[in-house]
This record gives sequence, structure tokens and C-alpha cells, in this order.
Amino acid sequence: MKLQTGVEAGVEGAVLKADVRELDFYYGAFHALKRVSMPIHDHMVTSLIGPSGCGKSTLLRCFNRMHDLYPGNRYAGGGIVLYPDNTNLLSPDVDPIEVRMRISMVFQKPNPFPKSIFENVAYSLRVRGMRNRSELADRVEAALKGAALWNEVSNRLDELGANLSGGQQQRLCIARALASDPEIILFDEPTSALDPIATASIEELIIELKEKVTILIVTHNMQQAARISDFTAYMYLGEMVEFGVTDQIFIKPQKKATEDYITGRFG
Amino acid sequence: MMKAADLAAIRAIITRAKRWDLFFSLLGILSLMVGVLTFTVLFVDMAIQGVPRLSVDFFTSFPSRRAEHAGILSAWVGTVLVMLLTALAAVPLGVAAGVYLEEYAPKNWITDIIEINISNLAGIPSIVYGLLALGLFVYYFGFGQSILSAGLTLALLILPVIIVATRESIRAIPQSIHEGSYACGATTWQTVSDHILPYSSAGILTGVIIGMARAIGETAPIITIGALTFIAFLPTAPFAGDPPAGLFDWIFAPFTVMPIQMFNWTSRPEAAFTVNAAAAGFVLVFMTLAMNGLAIYVRYRLRKNIKW
Repeated sequence: MKLQTGVEAGVEGAVLKADVRELDFYYGAFHALKRVSMPIHDHMVTSLIGPSGCGKSTLLRCFNRMHDLYPGNRYAGGGIVLYPDNTNLLSPDVDPIEVRMRISMVFQKPNPFPKSIFENVAYSLRVRGMRNRSELADRVEAALKGAALWNEVSNRLDELGANLSGGQQQRLCIARALASDPEIILFDEPTSALDPIATASIEELIIELKEKVTILIVTHNMQQAARISDFTAYMYLGEMVEFGVTDQIFIKPQKKATEDYITGRFG
Repeated sequence: MMKAADLAAIRAIITRAKRWDLFFSLLGILSLMVGVLTFTVLFVDMAIQGVPRLSVDFFTSFPSRRAEHAGILSAWVGTVLVMLLTALAAVPLGVAAGVYLEEYAPKNWITDIIEINISNLAGIPSIVYGLLALGLFVYYFGFGQSILSAGLTLALLILPVIIVATRESIRAIPQSIHEGSYACGATTWQTVSDHILPYSSAGILTGVIIGMARAIGETAPIITIGALTFIAFLPTAPFAGDPPAGLFDWIFAPFTVMPIQMFNWTSRPEAAFTVNAAAAGFVLVFMTLAMNGLAIYVRYRLRKNIKW
């Protein structure tokens, strides 16, 4: 199945950042992604929606090769091509660490390291070999400002990240993901552990962040996808059912299955 | 609206059900007391016998044929030095092995066999380690009946304990922290040195102390490798003597340790030596408790800054 990209559909300012091409993925014997294809557009927010177990998180975790950490996981065909350099992220020749340096991730549950607020953000810079104190301080400040957390923590950077509230912790994790200036940030249901007010602030932040970075987000909250994303992909049972401009997916889906899911008749 | 009769029936059911709570808590207290009281009685009995014998002279005298002049100088110095070598050998080896098994080892049948055998090693009688060490360290490597041989023997003995403790405390770190580090672009070694080791150090330390507490009281393997029971001199301190000793000459010195000194005294017929043995036992238990106390304190300090 050939999907129409935003470029082809004539969406204003749409440029391809990455392209998932007929990707197959297995957890042991379980065929979790079946010939999945989808485009990712530069400086846009793309949502992955679908019922539990549809493969949306599995697809997301292919983008930073998280699956490589566990035995038995297998990329079985196809790939994810990153533009403009045309690198296939899933190629065995590409080091997963190189991929993770280019594409960072924010997890479902806030997972700050048991270190200070400063060190949490600085960590993604330290693994890139940055040692200069003033440069680190500048980059950490910029990342915390980017994650809309600076005003709340600027006078207590030495405190433990775990002492912050849940929403603040998640923004700290966003700052950590942002600090290294990645090309794409992956969000894996980033607000599912947060209260509505913290959720709203994270959503607002994600919309602001697309100025700087391309965003791919998994969400089980359809309203959230509708609110924040430019493009939406609906997955079911490991297959890509429909991909398109968010408004179109929610107002006039092409497939009956998508319509059933979105209108709440199913899922 | 609940009727009064129903309410009474519910209350009766709860009362009956709660009897099991009472029964089990009594059973639990009883089981606990068997262990705690036995130790307390033994310890108090030993303290009553031994404590009056404690004096500065007792710590600064060598063993003697006359009970009232005998002391534990060579024994406690031996124990401290042997423990030092045990820790120096066992901690790096055990922690490295544990980290390798958790973070690096491929998941296959060879790793499985190694894992099963590590648990088995913990159950091997200590005398067997003594025989192994007699052949390997004392004769084959030619370390002789020395502090070095004893330290390495006890290190082998507690290695499984440290490996298991290391693995357990690494597993206690949430997967999300692990993934968070890799997602930042860290290599496995960066993840280990920046996250895994710092966050698991409290648990590893506990394992090390448990192992050391076991090693400090071991007698059988030390006797097997040929520790002497009567030592009336100390290992030469570094740079002391004429010609001056080297920095590490002391590790080849003959030695004795606290449990052997105790064993020696209890096998004497004179009652006065039994008192000496009780006093030495009190000191040994005190050394163990002090080690545990230190571990609890350090663990508390380390854990204070670890929250997920």
C-alpha cells in the first residue's frame, strides 16, 4: 500500500524527515509490525494512535533501536530511512548508539535519573563528551528553558530530579531529550501518568517544540492526537491502517476501520 | 438500608477471619524469638564470662602458655589483614562478574550454566575451598601458609555471595532508568559506570559485608591451608626491620586469626583458657557487629539520594 505523504498532498511547508518503508518486526515468533510504511515530516508533530497492542509503541521504539537492548527482537525487512542523509536507521551497519544520538526519547513514565536536576539534563551532553563547565551550564539552561521548566528550577539545580512533581519530572525528561539538539524526539504516551493540568502543559510544550525538532508521539488519547498533531497514523494489529493530515483523519477518514475507532465504536 | 442483623453477621465473620491474623502474628513472633533469643543467650553468656577478662593487655599481648598473660594481638591483627586481602580480591572480582552477567553476557545456555553454578558455589562446604586453596595457592602458586593464601581462600568463599548481591541490586534498578540511559546515547559501559554501579552500590555493599561477616568467622578452610595456632610475632610492617621489608612483604607472613585462637584456647584443659576464649569470642562478635553497623550507616547515606 502506498501512502500519500504530506508533500504529495500539498500540505504547506511539508518536507520529509524520515520514511518507514515496509517494515517487518518480530518479538521472538510474534509478528508485531507487518509491512508498515509511513512518512515523518520535518518540524511537524506526527501521532500514532490505535488500540492497545496494535504496535504503535513497537514502531516508535524502532526509531531509536530500543529493541536492540533485548534478545529475541528482530527487524525482519524494510527499514526507516532518515533524511537528508538517506541513512537506514535499522541497517545492521548503523550503530544503534549513533541512532540514539540523533533521535532522543521521552518515556511513558517520567524516568529522571537519581541525580541532580542539572546532571539529568547534562547527561545527554556528557555522553557526547562535553566537559566544559560553562558550555554545559549554557546548554542545560537552554534545554530547561526549551522544556518550560527553567523558571521553576533555576534556583535549585542541585536538587534531586525525583523531588519535582510528576509533570515537572516529565518536562525534565523532555529537557534531557532536547539538550543534545536531536533531529527527532520520540514521545511514548508522555502524559499517561500525569494529571490533566500537567498534561495540558506538556501538550502545549510539544506544539512549541516543533519549531526546533521533528516530533513523533504515541498516544492512546485521540483528543490529544487531534489537539497537537499535524499528521496522524492509525494502526491496528501491527498494520498501518491509515495515515494522513490530522484534520482529515478525524473529520473524513478514508477507511471504515479508522472511522469506527475514532468515533468510539471500537477500541 | 442495612439491617441490624446483617451487620452483626458481617461483624462476626470479620472477627472470625481476623483470628488467623492473630494466630499468624503469634507464630511469627515465636519463630523470631527462637532465633533472636538463642543468639542473645549465647552472646550474654559469652559476655559475662569474657568481658571481665578484656583489658588493654589482652589486645596487646601475644598468646602465652600462662592463661592470664595470653592475649589476642597476633589473632586480631591476622584477622584484620586477612579480611583486608579478602575484600581487595573478592570485591572487584565479584562486582565485575555480577555486572558482566547482568549487562554484557549474551543470553544463551552457557550463561545459564554459569548462573546455576554460581548459586551452587555458595553452597559448597568451606572445607572444600580450604582443600582447593591448599593445592592451588599454598603449593602450586607457592604462596605458602601465608596471609595471602588465607585472604584469597576466603575471597573465593565469599565470591558467590558478592556476585549474587551485585546482580540482585542491579535488577532492583527500574528498567526505565536503564532505557533512559541508553536512549541518551550512552554505551553499555557508560550506563554501567554512570548509572548501574552508583545506584546499586548500596545493595552491593550490603552483600560485601554479609560475605565478610561470614568470612571473618571461618575456621575450617584457614586451618586446612595451615594457619598456625601459636604465633608470637606480627608480620613485618612495610619498610620496618633490617634490611627494610618491602611494601607487601607482610602478605607472605605466617599468621593466625581470631576463630583459630579461640579454637585453640577452648581445646585447653585449664578453665582460665576458656575465659580467654569467651573474651576473644566477644571481640570477634563485636567486630562482626561493628562491620554490620558500618554497612547499615553507609547504606543509609548512599540510599538517601536514590529515589525513582
